[in-house]
Amino acid sequence: MSFAVPATLEAQLDELVTHYPQKRSASLMFLHALQEHFGYISRDAVEWTARKLGLQPINVYELVTFYPMFRQEPLGKTHIKVCRTLSCALAGSSELRTHFCSKLGLDAHKHAPQTTPDGKFTVEFVECLADCGNAPVVLLNEDLLPKVTPARADEIVAKGKLK
Amino acid sequence: MPQEHRLILKHADQSGYTPDLECYLRHGGYESLKKVLALAPRDLPEGKKLSPQEQVREDVKTSGLRGRGGAGFSAGIKWSLVDRKSGKPIYLICNADESEPGTFKDRQIIHKDPHQLLEGMIISCWANDVKLAYIYIRGEMPHGAKLLNTAIAEARAKNFLGKNILGSGYDLEIYVHRGAGSYICGEETGLIESLEGKRAYPRIKPPYFPAVLGLYMCPTIVNNVETLCAVKHIVAMGASEYAKLGTPNNTGTRIVSLSGDVRRPGYFEIEVGKVTIGELINDPAFGGGLRDGRKLKAIIPGGSSSKILKAGETFKLNRKGSDGQMAKVDVPLLDLPYDFDSLMAAGTMSGSGAIIVLDDTRNIVDCLANIAEFYAHESCGQCTPCREGSLWMSKALHRLTHGHGRKADADYLLHIAQNIQGRTICAFGEACAWPVLSYVNKFKDDFEAKGAGDEAKAAVTKH
Ligand SMILES: Cc1cc2nc3c(=O)[nH]c(=O)nc-3n(C[C@H](O)[C@H](O)[C@H](O)COP(=O)(O)O)c2cc1C
Ligand code: SF4
Ligand code: FES
Repeated sequence: MSFAVPATLEAQLDELVTHYPQKRSASLMFLHALQEHFGYISRDAVEWTARKLGLQPINVYELVTFYPMFRQEPLGKTHIKVCRTLSCALAGSSELRTHFCSKLGLDAHKHAPQTTPDGKFTVEFVECLADCGNAPVVLLNEDLLPKVTPARADEIVAKGKLK
Repeated sequence: MPQEHRLILKHADQSGYTPDLECYLRHGGYESLKKVLALAPRDLPEGKKLSPQEQVREDVKTSGLRGRGGAGFSAGIKWSLVDRKSGKPIYLICNADESEPGTFKDRQIIHKDPHQLLEGMIISCWANDVKLAYIYIRGEMPHGAKLLNTAIAEARAKNFLGKNILGSGYDLEIYVHRGAGSYICGEETGLIESLEGKRAYPRIKPPYFPAVLGLYMCPTIVNNVETLCAVKHIVAMGASEYAKLGTPNNTGTRIVSLSGDVRRPGYFEIEVGKVTIGELINDPAFGGGLRDGRKLKAIIPGGSSSKILKAGETFKLNRKGSDGQMAKVDVPLLDLPYDFDSLMAAGTMSGSGAIIVLDDTRNIVDCLANIAEFYAHESCGQCTPCREGSLWMSKALHRLTHGHGRKADADYLLHIAQNIQGRTICAFGEACAWPVLSYVNKFKDDFEAKGAGDEAKAAVTKH
């Protein structure tokens, strides 16, 4: 499959470059936009970004490997980020993640992000999501869900299976 | 009766209050900006003149405002350190990375009242001759970034931003820049590197003080979201009125994030130092106390990086006695006023204003293991003591929480932590060492008992 950035997206990205006195500054925003569009950051996306910003591919690749939000392979359509950090842990976030894993046939002992074989779900532990008063918190794709109960988790799974 | 004092969050939770410009304007929005733009130079006794910008900078200094991001450094002094003679542009960055575990206050402002942040930023930029500014928002707040972008577009349409703002001749652009899930981007020099499109490797100070060599090696101001909002209120109320809020050297209001083992977790805006830790935890207006039958075990008073305080501890604080003389007085933990100086006197810090409460059902070894795992994950890896040490501490704690501990692990943890603090490029070194030092020192029996228990079990299975 060839890598093609649609003209409208490219125009948006060109506009982004004007926000900065130095082009290189736009690289994180480029990667966000490309990941949103393609679902992950491919080698082609890295090279394309480097070309657009006048950088070496390594300058971009090192960002993809440093920043936890960037992915090098496709993620599930329903992306479940369970907060792992203390306030959420006190409110049962570890049990919540285990609940998601067992519902989806994933290995709860594995710490790293896991995607179901049908590509529908990715479950992952992340660090504090800055909503600790509503622990346990889940970031479901772009939506932050407060005080997630096992029943709510079941709803998320049921809904995600239909996608 | 201890109470909230809502200044920054005055409108945020009122019914019908929305984040759009119209609503903000109906509530007196951008009046403070108009006020500063209309200021005239002030004559000084010795025949000199104080420019309007200098007046606002002076006001921020006299207001006593201290940074709300973590270190509690005087905002006025920070601004006065900016190199204004270099001939290079001056940048301002709003730190909206909000990633210190336990903290969720900036989120409230960004999501509910984004124009207040913009107004505070525009005033701060104007006062510092900044023409280009950024809001660095953590990647996990996509809605917040969208709201801010909408607010910026609205403000630009009404000429609160852009060229020749409200006919004043002043130009300013503000852009939103998104992080991508790394805690170290909250550290100001890491943030700057990240904004330059690089890995967020903090810079060594000296020489890289942002006020002199910041973004693109130009003078740069980095302030927290809440700090910049406070600037708007300093202008609106006047510096001396603002300084009457709170307590001496701990002026104004601040938003406290309360989480963990309380009945009513949440955020509360208080006058700094006017409410005690005990009131924040137990008063019905705040945390509402612990759950039935639970007792307090410990408090993490200023984000996960702060040193833990153990239930029952007392601290020596300077207090003015009835004779007007300052004297050292014993203050029990729950009577500590929640402010910068009292918590410092208690050997810890109010940091990002985030309190995490632990009750007596909690295992302190588990809690530290959780936090240590956070730091091991987030170390940027530049400094060997931090990169290796945070990992070793996390591994030792993993061992202790998974039945493979040793009695000597407590001292081993202390030894590592002692060798991290003070030996690193950035304050993350302290941030990861302090929890370990304080938890292990204050709860050493718990750590040793756990390790000894594991050793005893291992000895039995061997035979
Ligand atoms: C490891 C580390 C993480 C930090 N994270 C944040 C953060 O998420 N948000 C923030 O405002 N400040 C954070 N800070 C503090 C900033 O470096 C900086 O002091 C602050 O943004 C200055 O703003 P203020 O003076 O208005 O508080 C962090 C500091 C360190 C050492
Ligand atoms: S102290 Fe840690 S986080 Fe800070 S620069 Fe060194 S390795 Fe990076
Ligand atoms: S600890 Fe989970 S949101 Fe902060």
